[in-house]
Amino acid sequence: MRFLDRFRRRRQPPSGEIARERLRLVLAHDRANISPGLLDTLKDEIIAVISRHVPIDPEGVRVTFTEGPRESRLVADIPIQTGRRRRG
Amino acid sequence: MAGRVLTITSGKGGVGKTTATANLGVALATRGQRVVVVDADIGLRNLDVMMGLENRIVYDLVDVVEERCRLRQALVRDKRLSELYLLPAAQTRDKTAVGPEDMVRICEELRASFDFLVVDSPAGIEQGFRNAIAPADEVLIITNPEVAAVRDADRVIGLIEAEEKGPARLIINRIKPEMVRRGDMMETAAVVELLAVELIGLIPEDEAVITAANTGRPVALSDNSLAGRAFHNIARRLLGEDVPFVPLREAGFFERLLRFVRTEGEER
Repeated sequence: MRFLDRFRRRRQPPSGEIARERLRLVLAHDRANISPGLLDTLKDEIIAVISRHVPIDPEGVRVTFTEGPRESRLVADIPIQTGRRRRG
Repeated sequence: MAGRVLTITSGKGGVGKTTATANLGVALATRGQRVVVVDADIGLRNLDVMMGLENRIVYDLVDVVEERCRLRQALVRDKRLSELYLLPAAQTRDKTAVGPEDMVRICEELRASFDFLVVDSPAGIEQGFRNAIAPADEVLIITNPEVAAVRDADRVIGLIEAEEKGPARLIINRIKPEMVRRGDMMETAAVVELLAVELIGLIPEDEAVITAANTGRPVALSDNSLAGRAFHNIARRLLGEDVPFVPLREAGFFERLLRFVRTEGEER
């Protein structure tokens, strides 16, 4: 087992890199005061609103928050169920 | 000329605010500046023991606020340097004994007689922190290269901007170069980029800081430690010198030999 662990560990990035990535996300959420829970709420409400007008795939909806050097944005990725897929 | 008020703060506790305050006080005073270090951590006073002045306190900050003494009487002179003084916090009171307007008034009075007032903020973002930043002309944020400390630093940087005390400058403390080299500690460049503030100092982890705290002799009193030299570099930057950010490390045998041959003092 320990032998296998060694390989597994090598594939994981060094912990300093993990710290940086975690901080990037935490700071983005802290600064905008947007919690992961709020993102879930937004996602549910977006699904409800859009699906009233357009058939969408609720499982595929992604609402993410990104922070760049100049601006922060909420990105909603909403896959639409096309006519072809509905027939198939 | 009126003195500059520098407040050292961090959000998170235990990252080195008091150590930095004591050492910047010492480093600035070594460079001929008239300095007073002010302990704004009412009820949890520590700057006095860091500086080895705990046995010489007669009055404190709260005594001044409540007019039991004059400001001058509460200042403790550090005999190791010609112009270094401590204004101690009260140990038996709490942070509500002093308000931001008291701090502003006291610092206004001190400005006339000193070049630098270095204010040691308590941890947190409550009244003690508000007291410490109220008189500040400049704020120095100190953090460690780890997730919780950087997160708190970011929060504090935001509050300082909101109070229009910014832009704050950053000290990264307790860097372990060996861990950075193998990827197990964040690079200082990554911390600076995440916090998006100007860097003013990099302090390596150094056992000398612990022995200095044991004995009450801040590392900046001598040239022998990496941390001490790093604090002197910050003092030089505060005084407007352009000191490059080279990673400080122990000199190897050949470097020491070279330095010996060339003349000393280059490292500072």
